[in-house]
Amino acid sequence: MSTEVEVTVHPLKGAAQDYWSRIKSGDIGALPAVLGLLVLCAVFSVMQDSFLTPGNFANLLTQAAAVIVIAMGLVFVLLLGEIDLSAGYSSGVCGAVLVILVTNHNFKWWIAFPISIVVGIALGLFIGWLVSFLGIPSFVVTLATFLAFQGLLLLLAGEGGTIRMEDPTVLSVENSNMNVSISWIFYIACGAMYVLSGLRRVYARRKVGLKTELMQLWVLKTVGLLGVTGIAVYALNLERSNNPQLVSLKGIPYVVPVILFLLVIGTFVLNRTAFGRHLYAVGGNAEAARRSGINVKWVRISAFIICSALSAVAGLIFASRQNSVSPTTGGSSTLLYAVGAAVIGGTSLFGGKGKMRDAILGGLVVAVIDNGMGLLGYAAGIKFIVTGLVLLISASVDAISRKGGGS
Amino acid sequence: MAQPILSLRSINKSFGPVHVLRDVNLDVYPGEVTALVGDNGAGKSTLIKCIAGIYTPDSGQYLFDNNEVQVHGPRDATALGIEVVYQDLALCDNLDIVHNMFLGREQKKGMVLDESAMEVMARKTLDGLSVRTVKSIRQTVSSLSGGQRQTVAIARAVLWNNKVVILDEPTAALGVSQTEQVLHLVRRLADSGIGVILISHNLNDVFEVADNIAALYLGQMAAQVRKADVTSNQVIELITTGKSAGVASIGANS
Repeated sequence: MSTEVEVTVHPLKGAAQDYWSRIKSGDIGALPAVLGLLVLCAVFSVMQDSFLTPGNFANLLTQAAAVIVIAMGLVFVLLLGEIDLSAGYSSGVCGAVLVILVTNHNFKWWIAFPISIVVGIALGLFIGWLVSFLGIPSFVVTLATFLAFQGLLLLLAGEGGTIRMEDPTVLSVENSNMNVSISWIFYIACGAMYVLSGLRRVYARRKVGLKTELMQLWVLKTVGLLGVTGIAVYALNLERSNNPQLVSLKGIPYVVPVILFLLVIGTFVLNRTAFGRHLYAVGGNAEAARRSGINVKWVRISAFIICSALSAVAGLIFASRQNSVSPTTGGSSTLLYAVGAAVIGGTSLFGGKGKMRDAILGGLVVAVIDNGMGLLGYAAGIKFIVTGLVLLISASVDAISRKGGGS
Repeated sequence: MAQPILSLRSINKSFGPVHVLRDVNLDVYPGEVTALVGDNGAGKSTLIKCIAGIYTPDSGQYLFDNNEVQVHGPRDATALGIEVVYQDLALCDNLDIVHNMFLGREQKKGMVLDESAMEVMARKTLDGLSVRTVKSIRQTVSSLSGGQRQTVAIARAVLWNNKVVILDEPTAALGVSQTEQVLHLVRRLADSGIGVILISHNLNDVFEVADNIAALYLGQMAAQVRKADVTSNQVIELITTGKSAGVASIGANS
């Protein structure tokens, strides 16, 4: 019963028209973030020569890493239409736990890190319980925990105190790179896995006679993605040390596979598991989800738990980048940058819409602004104002596209 | 006549001092559309919520397939094969048609969602209901018209081989042609052997598709009658005054 559904003239043109009508109806996806990223990079590379250098590119990735990971956690919470304002300080607290265990109590990092994640889970459980069972708006709960976790971090670090991180494995996450050949092998392996999983999906659908995405379009997308990431890997594999004889600096920073791993796991959970589907459902229409027999309270709590657990991972990245944990770790602009990252990437503040990759795209936008304006010598004040404006613009895009969606 | 698939006997339900349902009896027959009519506040919503397990009746018998059952929650009702399509449809706008139809009951292969199986099954169900108005079942519900949304909600209700489907004012918000489509759908549901309860304010709709009509009046079942035995005016009398001369009630209400 395969009725001819083949597109008439130009298949790709049809797909482009479909995409255009989706954009018009408010489903803009990653478009603003990608365009923003391109424009920002173009502007900064014209204005400042040192922006488009391998050294700065690697720096950008390590700068963005912690915010991206927090933003990944926030996507889960934002999907429900909730917010976690304390995610930044959760990462500070968990990072402090990690560092204290490793430095002061001589724990191995692979024991201390899971413990810090358990602490993150406990923090998320606490927030989620208050939101879910007591019904306090998450804005208020996490405003309170924002202050409370800040205090907790202050107590853990000791006033004005900084606890140094000396574990080589933790430090390598932000400060070391895979060597060049391993970097290429890593890229090829990831690329192959991406292509294979895409093909597998197409053939699984073909097998049961379902319409599949246009093959040309899929090839185009895949080649594009592999091309862009290939260039990125090539750039990272260039020598970026000022004095290569003394110390060589090249390869993919270790934090990149960490983020990719979280991206794959998170995307799998959101797209391929019932739990992920329920997150979207609760965010889209909590009452409908409840009537469908979904345990809405549990879904809420687990979103906060995931958010705080990912904050704990960000805590490790902070500890690695700063070589220490201080009372300001995860503080100041961290959380707002993370929320900004998620929203700029395309995650809706109204719930029900968002992807893992949003955190990465948006996190890169935020980091590019921060990095580029820093290189241009603008004051921190100007950077904050510009980042704030970008967040406002993306929130407006979100609000307007929601109206355009006509629901 | 066939045995009723669902029978309620002497159902009472109070909320504090307010006695909402008084000794209500109702019979729902397989393959028939039972219209539940009544003025605002007559207890229609409370009655269907009792059937759906959202409220537990204070007293009375709940018979399903001639067996007395205890329904203490929506899950119990679902397990029996009773499905409610609420007026607000309870669809998630941000999810596509397949996702909505399988919401809360996703098909899985191991721990991974089996999207292909769900899509095939959704397609089959929609085809079975002769639904041809939806272009792609992978479009989000936010892009659908009111009638299409109603169709998705009803299709979801029949996806699981349910025995009783309750439709709460399915045509209330629809235009003329969409109303017609949905009423056809309701008829096809019944023709496939499902016991359909249709709640409606619109007597035209009721007389078009119903096989029998149950009229609630101030929390009491005024009468449950065969459609052929009554006129529209008699039903209006039942709704507004609770009685009508010469109306022969069926089932336990006679």
